[in-house]
Amino acid sequence: MKHEELRARLAELSPVLSPLFSLEFGDAVIGVGRDTLLATARELREIGFDRLGMVTAVDRDEFFVMVYRLQSRALSSAVFLKTKAPSDDARVDSLVDVWPAANWQEREVFDLFGIVFDGHPDLRRIMLPDDFDGHPLRKDYFNPNVIKRPDYI
Amino acid sequence: MALVDRIGAGLASSGGGVILSSVDALVDWSRGQSLWAFPMGTACCAMELIAASFNKFDFDRMGTFPRPDPRHTDVIILAGTITEKMKPAIKRLYDQMPDPKWVIAMGNCTISGGIFYYDSYSVVRGADEFLPVDVYIAGCPPRPESLQDGVIQLRELVKAESIAPGKRHERTYTLPGAPQASEPDPEPGDAK
Repeated sequence: MKHEELRARLAELSPVLSPLFSLEFGDAVIGVGRDTLLATARELREIGFDRLGMVTAVDRDEFFVMVYRLQSRALSSAVFLKTKAPSDDARVDSLVDVWPAANWQEREVFDLFGIVFDGHPDLRRIMLPDDFDGHPLRKDYFNPNVIKRPDYI
Repeated sequence: MALVDRIGAGLASSGGGVILSSVDALVDWSRGQSLWAFPMGTACCAMELIAASFNKFDFDRMGTFPRPDPRHTDVIILAGTITEKMKPAIKRLYDQMPDPKWVIAMGNCTISGGIFYYDSYSVVRGADEFLPVDVYIAGCPPRPESLQDGVIQLRELVKAESIAPGKRHERTYTLPGAPQASEPDPEPGDAK
């Protein structure tokens, strides 16, 4: 389904979702505030986005962008669901209740970015050792044991 | 093993050199000809390790084949990147292997961290940070033939060992196909 078709379809299906729809670099994006993330996710699940393909985050120094990739077989289309969380209060609602696939993916984001997911049933590290210090994909992460790559390599 | 250690120590201290050499030859032969391997495949080098076991390369003809239990094995083949999280598990598996035991580090990541040496927060920079590695096999990944050659080199190492503690036999290491040092080079006009 083309993006314009999807936009029209969203307007039919849900008056809540259609104003949130936008195109970023040619991708369909639904951008929401942190407080309405869970409600929007439930709405998207309701209209047919039944598969959560990916959960990741972006560190933009002042804030984190949470990125969810949603796919729908019924609509044969996919959208990104995005929300922001400020760096000094990095927490968003967990979407495990909406898509159970979010469980391990959110643990990974917590592990590497340190974003806390409120309502997650089992929020602990998944990839790094339990006693690991820090969240290595944050831009302000510093580990003295890491050897910096010299310029000539 | 403890009994063999005591026999070895007794023979070495009482001047039983001839007997010790004979026993060493027998023990090293039996140890070296059937080095059962524990396949510690942690990353992509494990594919080459698996290929070495199957019929195109056929590790079994050298008496080496993978066993899934460290308690049955003589040599642990570390194939692949070792992360900080995997390190205690590998150490624990190594500790479960009965003596005498050897370690083969296969691939650049296992030798030094490889491409993950720089800018990595989670990779161990070489298995020799926590295990006594006997044979290093370079490559990214090494061919199965390289691994088989590594096992042949390890056999040479095993043959140099003695059951007497702290004693080693002199061995000359030869590469397959290399000309023997004792043979004189043929003269250019000597060919018939």
